[in-house]
Amino acid sequence: MTTPPPATEPAATPPPAAEKDGQGSSHRSFGEILRQAIQENTVTVTVLALLSATIIGGLLTAFTNSTVLSAWGNFFSAPGNAIGQAWDVAFGTYWALFEGSIFNPHTVSALFQQASISAAIHDGFLSAVFNPLSETAVQATPLILTGLAVALPYQAGLFNIGGQSQFIGGAIMAAWLGYAYNMPFFVHVVVCVLGAFAGGAALGWLAGEIKARTGAHEVIVTIMLNYVMLYFLAYLLTSHSLLQAPGGSNAITLPITSNAHLPLLAGTHLRINAGFLIALAAALAVWWLLNRTTIGFEFRSIGANASASRVAGMNVERNWTLVMTIAGGLAGLAAASVILGTDFTLNPQSYGTYGIDAITVALLGLGRPGGVVAAGLLFGALHAGSPGMQTATGTPVQIVQVIQALIVLFVAAPPLVRTIYRLRASRARGVSTSMSKGWNA
Amino acid sequence: MTTPASAERLPVLLSPGPSGGAAAARFGGRFAAPITYAVLGLLNIFVFGLHSHGDATFSFTPEFAKVTVPNLSLAAAATCYVCGALSLALAAVRTLDVLGVVRLSRVWRRVIVGVVLFLFIIALCAWADGGQSIAFNVVNLLSGTLNVSIPIMLGALTGVICSRSGVINIAIEGQLLLGAFCAAIATSVTGSLWLGLFCGALAGSLVAILLALFAIAYRVDQVVLGVVLNTLILGLTGYLYNAIMVPYGNTINNPNTFNLYKIPLLGDIPIIGPVFFDSTVFLYITYLVLAGVQIGLSRTRWGLRTRAVGEHPVAADTVGIRVLAYRYRNVILAGLIAGIGGAYFTIGSVGSFGPDMSSGEGYIALAAMIFGRYTPFGAIGAALLFGFTTQLQSILSSINVPIQSNLLLLTPYVVTIIVVAGLVGKVRGPKAEGVPYVKS
Repeated sequence: MTTPPPATEPAATPPPAAEKDGQGSSHRSFGEILRQAIQENTVTVTVLALLSATIIGGLLTAFTNSTVLSAWGNFFSAPGNAIGQAWDVAFGTYWALFEGSIFNPHTVSALFQQASISAAIHDGFLSAVFNPLSETAVQATPLILTGLAVALPYQAGLFNIGGQSQFIGGAIMAAWLGYAYNMPFFVHVVVCVLGAFAGGAALGWLAGEIKARTGAHEVIVTIMLNYVMLYFLAYLLTSHSLLQAPGGSNAITLPITSNAHLPLLAGTHLRINAGFLIALAAALAVWWLLNRTTIGFEFRSIGANASASRVAGMNVERNWTLVMTIAGGLAGLAAASVILGTDFTLNPQSYGTYGIDAITVALLGLGRPGGVVAAGLLFGALHAGSPGMQTATGTPVQIVQVIQALIVLFVAAPPLVRTIYRLRASRARGVSTSMSKGWNA
Repeated sequence: MTTPASAERLPVLLSPGPSGGAAAARFGGRFAAPITYAVLGLLNIFVFGLHSHGDATFSFTPEFAKVTVPNLSLAAAATCYVCGALSLALAAVRTLDVLGVVRLSRVWRRVIVGVVLFLFIIALCAWADGGQSIAFNVVNLLSGTLNVSIPIMLGALTGVICSRSGVINIAIEGQLLLGAFCAAIATSVTGSLWLGLFCGALAGSLVAILLALFAIAYRVDQVVLGVVLNTLILGLTGYLYNAIMVPYGNTINNPNTFNLYKIPLLGDIPIIGPVFFDSTVFLYITYLVLAGVQIGLSRTRWGLRTRAVGEHPVAADTVGIRVLAYRYRNVILAGLIAGIGGAYFTIGSVGSFGPDMSSGEGYIALAAMIFGRYTPFGAIGAALLFGFTTQLQSILSSINVPIQSNLLLLTPYVVTIIVVAGLVGKVRGPKAEGVPYVKS
């Protein structure tokens, strides 16, 4: 036998550790719970990971700024100025992110400078106050949905890197159903959303089926499918007989009809739309599926120990296919939220970086639906704030991607965080250590 | 509508039927090879042959060569028919082999695979160039293939070493990208190409150090880790590109590139010379690394121990091999190779850094490694296949062939899926790959 990773030893019996903690805590005193929360809970590690990533991100922005660098050139003559400059740049960057994603004080003062409140509301000044939050929700929607598409298979022991291919599958269906057909108002958008789900699910099913039938590692299969779909989309969008809008040479579809748009939730000035509700409902559904159904129990059991589950009579292969199909459908819903909610057309850039972002969201969310929503909102806020940040401070938007990756790197290595902050070693482990079993597992 | 047929018909072979049990899968597996050959043969005849007209001219000489080889002119349609007929004949032979009438050795089976693919490409090229006034330059195709494959080949060799040591390296993509970035900066600032190459290699191993530290010391899941490292490097280089390279582009993102160096004598051989021995230093480094890894893994004590560490670390530890030290050292050394591969992007071909310039070739390298069954030569062969389709696509689009370039570009990925799905023979990785070693 090769050496089993330490994390898998208690995993032989299905109800995973997360649930045990919740049930057992009622017997202990409050102080005990609090101490455990600080010392052992992964929440502490997550918070400290966020803190570390924020600090490193701040240092990075400060020390690539030319003003700061020239101030540090004169460090020995004016050390206070050097440190002050660095602080100003780092803080300015984060403040701009905050203003773009949560709340911008200027919008409130602009609101009260108007002659009457009703006129201000009519002119969109009230909307401007809530615009950052609305943008955060809009950005978070596809992140939550694709994050769930990674988190759900993760619970069943599969690593789905194919968010991109499944997103494209859903996007093709959503866009095609959206512009090629005319249906009544409510029906059309429902058909498009279901079509997107089916498009994504087809790709997820393909990956799951190949894994189940041949044992090919899902990581390689999904990476390859990403490229296949990427070129396939480019092919569809450059063929007039297929998806390309007639009469032009641009690789883009016709705009989808207004009946297929996801309804806006808060007036015409804000982009927040029903996609956000779909994302929250999907998270709830995934939680329910995982924790309240037999299928979910089998998923978690297989994720904890596939061989034991097989011995217990579960059909591991069929569950792999099923979980990938559902995951693909979730990624397809993410595509629906983008195509039908904000973009209203499909082009070769529509899939963005959701496939990769989804992995960071799922890992930060510790693979649980609630965590995914929280992580999706956090990263959605970073995405929403970054364009404004770039305009205001000149810091490139890619800093968001760096911070995201750093957060996940720290979250994935709890021992590192414990070493840095001198926490006591504990039984609670991060999400990923329990998965270290390699290609051949 | 030529390649879609091949690209879409092949996945059909994936599912051996709705109720397919193991027997059906084995049946499909046994006949997958002859069926594929027959399909390719039929494509040669009915798609390429029937749609060909005129003569196809193949040229074997690069521009300005001292020694010239006469061009070869063939009737396009007839060439396609002959290629198709030969493929069908080979499919028949392979069928007889499956049925047990004829016994072929493994070598012969592989030769047949090669010949069928070769015939398919000849037919494709004959069809593409048939009736065109421009000759189809075979030397450009082959030398271009070698050159565009350099990062993939070096990345795949990195992957081979890491996997054989028991560490999954998905961070090849990040290593290539950081190598490209650092090589560009170092060359621009110092003006020395060799120093740039050295810095690129160091950058690759810097990523490898992170990978090794997290994977070996902190036992983070290696697949997750690799993806996260790639995201980190992608974001970091993209950020630094905008933050410092755009404003100071002339001073830090303006490197020279290596010149072509023709090896004396060897470089003057017709056809072979310009393809293999007239390139930048990167290609020669690739030869050396390939030879080194192949000999090192199969013929030296280091290789034996590395393979032991990757297959069965407990046994290796029992006989006194320091498992963790071997893993650290191999992963970090292998990082140097991928770093050189990355440096090729900036100081080997393009001459400046651009965001995400490795564009997923690290992932392709990973696929090439698995496709090549974790062996150095196999990985190189698979890497060349990916490079070949890219190069073929660019040449075909330059002579205005009515072929969907996007569909041509997606074929290697479909082929990889088919390969990892085990239809062309089961690929088995090192036993302990990706499993952290904990001394008990």
